[in-house]
Formats: sequence, C-alpha cells, structure tokens
Amino acid sequence: MASEAHGADEGGLVFHPMDQFELKSVFGDGPIGMFTISNATIWMALAIICVVIMMVLGSSRRAIVPGRAQSIAELAYGFIYKMVEDVAGKDAVKFFPYIMTLFMFIVFANFLGLIPMAFTTTAHFAVTVVLALLVFLTVTAVGFIKNGTKFLALFWVSSAPLALRPVLAVIEIISYFVRPVSHSIRLAGNVMAGHAVIKVFAAFAAALVVKEIPTAVGAIVTPLSILGITALYALEVLVAFIQAYVFAILTCVYLRDALHPSH
Amino acid sequence: MATDTHAAEAVSAPGMPQLDFTNWGNQIFWLLVTLVVIYFVLSRIALPRIAAVLAERQGTITNDIAAAEELKAKAVEAEEAYNKALTDARAEAQRIVAETKAEIQADLDAATAKADAEISAKAAESQKVISDIRAGAVDSIKEVAADTAKDIVAALGGKADAKSVKAAVEARMKG
Amino acid sequence: MEGQLAHIGAGLAGLGTGLAALGVGNVAANYLSGALRNPSAAASQTATLFIGIAFAEALGIFSFLVALLLMFAV
Repeated sequence: MASEAHGADEGGLVFHPMDQFELKSVFGDGPIGMFTISNATIWMALAIICVVIMMVLGSSRRAIVPGRAQSIAELAYGFIYKMVEDVAGKDAVKFFPYIMTLFMFIVFANFLGLIPMAFTTTAHFAVTVVLALLVFLTVTAVGFIKNGTKFLALFWVSSAPLALRPVLAVIEIISYFVRPVSHSIRLAGNVMAGHAVIKVFAAFAAALVVKEIPTAVGAIVTPLSILGITALYALEVLVAFIQAYVFAILTCVYLRDALHPSH
Repeated sequence: MATDTHAAEAVSAPGMPQLDFTNWGNQIFWLLVTLVVIYFVLSRIALPRIAAVLAERQGTITNDIAAAEELKAKAVEAEEAYNKALTDARAEAQRIVAETKAEIQADLDAATAKADAEISAKAAESQKVISDIRAGAVDSIKEVAADTAKDIVAALGGKADAKSVKAAVEARMKG
Repeated sequence: MEGQLAHIGAGLAGLGTGLAALGVGNVAANYLSGALRNPSAAASQTATLFIGIAFAEALGIFSFLVALLLMFAV
C-alpha cells in the first residue's frame, strides 16, 4: 500500500503500523479466550505494579517532611484531589478514589506503552470503551440517585426560550449519549494515532538499508525519520499525560453535571 | 531485518487489532481485574495513608504556628513584666532617695537647731557676763566718782557727807 | 478498485485531522490572548482550556479513526 506509493517493491519498505496493537497469548499459541494471560494482561499487571510502587511504597515512610518518592505520591494525590474539588464540587470528593483509579491506570498504561516494544493497553477500544462506559453508567446512576427525576432537567435548558427547548433537549440528549463514545475514542484514538505514526516513521527510517531505495535517498530519509520519531516521541509523552488528565477532568465535568444538573 | 516475519504475520493478521472482537472479552476481563485491584490498593492503603500524612502535616504546621504565637505572647508578657519591674525599681529608687534626703534633712535640721540653741545659750551667758562686767564697771565708776567727788569737796574745803555725794554722783550719772 | 477508493477516502478523512489542528490552535490562541489580558484569571481556567482542547481534538481523532477504518478495516 504505502510502500507502493513510495515506489518500492513488496520487498522494500514495509509498513505495519497496527501490528504493535496485536493481542498475543503469552504462554503457548492457543486462541485468546477470556482468561488467557495475554500481553494485555502483562502490561496491565505492570501498570498495577507501577501504581503500587508510586502510591503505596512511595508513601510508606509516612514522613512529615516528605522524601522524593513521597513528594511524587503526594503531588499526584493533591493534583487529582484539587481537580475533583474544583471541577466537580466539594460533594464529589467521595468519588475521588474512583477518579484517582482511572487517572492512575490511564497514565501508567500510557507511559508504559511508550516503552519501545511495549503493548499499549489504552490504545484498544475494548479498554477505553469499558472505562468510558463505567464513567457513563456511574454518572447516570449518581444523577438519578441524587436528584431523582430532576436529573432530567439537565436536558431541559430552562435558560433558553421555550420554543427552542424541545430542540435543545434533543441535542442535549444526543450529546449526552455521545459522551462515552467521544470519551473512549479520544483516548484510544490519541494513543493509537501517536503510536501508529511513530511506527510509520520507523518504517521510513529503514530506507537506508533497503536495497531497492537509492542510497542517496535513504541518506536523507533515514535521519529525517529518526528526527521525526524523536519529536513525535516527545509529543507522545506529553499526550500520554494530557489524555489521562483530560479523561479524568471530563469524568469530573460529567460528575458535576450529575450532582448539580441545573444549568 | 524483520521484514520477512512481519510480512508473514501481516497476511494472517486482521487490519485493525482493535476491531478484532474475539479478544475483547480477554481485555475487558483483565481490565476490570486491574481496575478493581488498583481501586482497592488506592482506596484502602495509599489514599488514606497520604491523606493522613497530609492532615498530620497540616496539624503539625498549625500546632507549630500556635506554639509560635504562644511563645510570642509569652515574650510580650515577659517584656511587660520587665518594663513593670523596671518602673517599680525606678520608683523604689526615687522613694529611697527622697527618704534619705528627708532623713538627712531632719538630721541636719536637728543639728542646726541644737547648734542654734547652744549658740544662743552661749550668747546669753556671754551677754550676762558682759552685763555683769558692765554693772561691775558702773559700780566701780560710781565708787571712784564718789571717792573722787568727796576728795574734791574735801580739797575745796567743804565738808561733804558720803550720803549726799553719792546721791549727787548718781544724779549726775543719770543725766 | 474498491480498495483504492478506500485509500483515497482515507486520505480525504485524514484532512479532518489537520482541520482539527486549526480548532485546537484556535482554542489555545484565544486562551493565550485572554490570559495575557488578565493573567490573574488564567490559572483558574487551565482546566477549561484542556477541556476545550479535548473536545476540539476529539473530532480530529474521529476523522483519523475513519481514515484508519478505511485503510485497514474496509
């Protein structure tokens, strides 16, 4: 496909940007069932280990004057706590562990995925859809439990002219149900896009050693692609954090809507 | 290069692994396990611990500030006490000075009065002596004058009795 | 033939990514100009900035996804 556009044969540049997302069984080659230990399992387990190291071991000394590890744990705690308090309101603080869980998992899954040869769990829709659906269901349940039918006022924009309200209600309902879709696809899409583009650049980086491509062309393309990989990697480090932050902050925004549905 | 192995895999692999729904069950199961584990690790161990540490630190800071304020109040109190002691001491000193002055004055007055009394007594004595002496002198003069007058009268040929001479001298001396 | 059409469609869908970049740039630019006018209010609005960027970017990601689907899933 793309290699043909570049003018090389089948044996030239090979683009397989999506291969890195393939799920494989770790023990044996059997089909991947529900409980098979796959590479996704391994990388999720690593994410758990990282969270434990950062949050549990980091805070294990309980020092009044924190050390380096404890400072990081406290920083993460304070960051998310303040965000929940500021964005979702004071009464949303009891959801803080839940949002912290989402944030810590996503941030570590993203960063672990940036390790070369790693498997990125958050680049899979299966993962992000579950995360987003959990948020969606939680928010909807909280909205109805806290406010009863008054929660439906979220869709009835009382500040708009009466004639416009039914139209707005339809739009609001649609946008409400699109939330989990955009919430999940944003995360998976961002992570997948970055990784796939890095992989495409990586394929171009092989230009110098592919026989079919003239050395002169390769000598220009290879350094440029390596530079591109470096730049994209830096961008991806930023994106890895920002997407986790955005996921958490949007969860807070939805939670605020559920707790205080009046516009 | 890995070209050959990749090419071999690409034939069998579906286009997007994300859309291969046969392995969604696996990922969802392990994701839920992961989330539950992280949730319990965070909510049971890590977050309460960090919250406790933060609260403790806040408490320590508040306590320290309170203690510092208390110490400051104490320092102010001590300064006041010191100032009070200083004014007291000054007043005491003034009092002692005044007392001593008064005492000395009294002593001085007494001594002066005594001295005055002595002086006046001595003066009176001297006066008496002087007046005695003067009286003695007048008597002597009277005697001498009477004697002289008698002698003069006798010399002039007269006969003068002592009594009239004396009266004449006395009358003369009075004049 | 059909596959080639799908690739053309993927390329067209890829344009959406660039257009989303305009949107993200717009959000960031307006935030910056607002922040420079009133720097004291800027810090409290970073969360809003990220939410805005996320919404703008999500649409670009959708078009990227459409491109991917056309490339690999059609």
